[in-house]
Amino acid sequence: MTIGLAHYLSVAAILFTIGVFGIFVNRKNIIVILMSVELMLLAVNINLVSFSVYLGNVTGQIFAMFVLTVAAAEAAVGLAILVTFFRNRGDIAVDDASMMKG
Amino acid sequence: MALQAIAFYLMATVTLVSGFCVVSARNPVHSVLWLILAFFSAAGLFVLLGAEFLAMLLVVVYVGAVAVLFLFVVMMLDVDFAALRQGFARYMPIGLLISAFLAAEMVLVATTVATKGAAKDAVIPLASGAGADVSNAEAIGRVLYTDYIYFFQASGLVLLVAMIGAIVLTLRHKPGVKRQIIMDQVLRTPKTGMKLANPKPGEGIDA
Repeated sequence: MTIGLAHYLSVAAILFTIGVFGIFVNRKNIIVILMSVELMLLAVNINLVSFSVYLGNVTGQIFAMFVLTVAAAEAAVGLAILVTFFRNRGDIAVDDASMMKG
Repeated sequence: MALQAIAFYLMATVTLVSGFCVVSARNPVHSVLWLILAFFSAAGLFVLLGAEFLAMLLVVVYVGAVAVLFLFVVMMLDVDFAALRQGFARYMPIGLLISAFLAAEMVLVATTVATKGAAKDAVIPLASGAGADVSNAEAIGRVLYTDYIYFFQASGLVLLVAMIGAIVLTLRHKPGVKRQIIMDQVLRTPKTGMKLANPKPGEGIDA
């Protein structure tokens, strides 16, 4: 049985779903939420790269590189905000984070 | 071909299982380690596809930088992670339901696109350089530094802004720690830096 585009796309779809599931069940733990977002971006990258390879067009891999860049920046800023939040509150429970209002 | 299929199924399984362990592990440190495993096996999938450059980039950027950043933050924060898992069981059924629907839909769309879409006639990926006259990294470089040079520069700016933002957010001035203030040093002139005094004999100068 030969491995085709559908196999890679299915892996990416299931990985994306796992990311969505992680956000659903870890409502309070923002660290795991950030990791779930990373998983979703990884699934998007798998999609981009497999289409790029099977269509014979390298642009998809370049876009995957940009997604990688933005993911790294997002992780850095998100974790910095998390550290600041922890310093102010002594806790990282995000479901009742309403102290910024007003 | 059989070898390729075995490698694909192995790495796909490892990616998905470790991805699930990321979201369901009790300890966030274990989550980060599973995340690293997921990135490694996804890099293996990229190699299988023939995108070696992106595979190496994934290992360097994600495993080398992002996952280690997560690890530092998880270990630095002193948090009761057991309390953060409240509601896990509560949201589990609805999450599983929605995830099952989402996965079924996306797999259906993926197989349809792959069998009937623009890529249906694609025979073989440019796997492992066979048939391709340039290597993967060279092909990317030829396009990235010509057609996409402005986007490349813009992504550099994104990283710079993210770096500055992260530093500004986490910078903290502790009271009682003497710091170098370059502004004051530069603005110092002979007039402000020198004081003429005429002390009387037997007395000192109180500074």
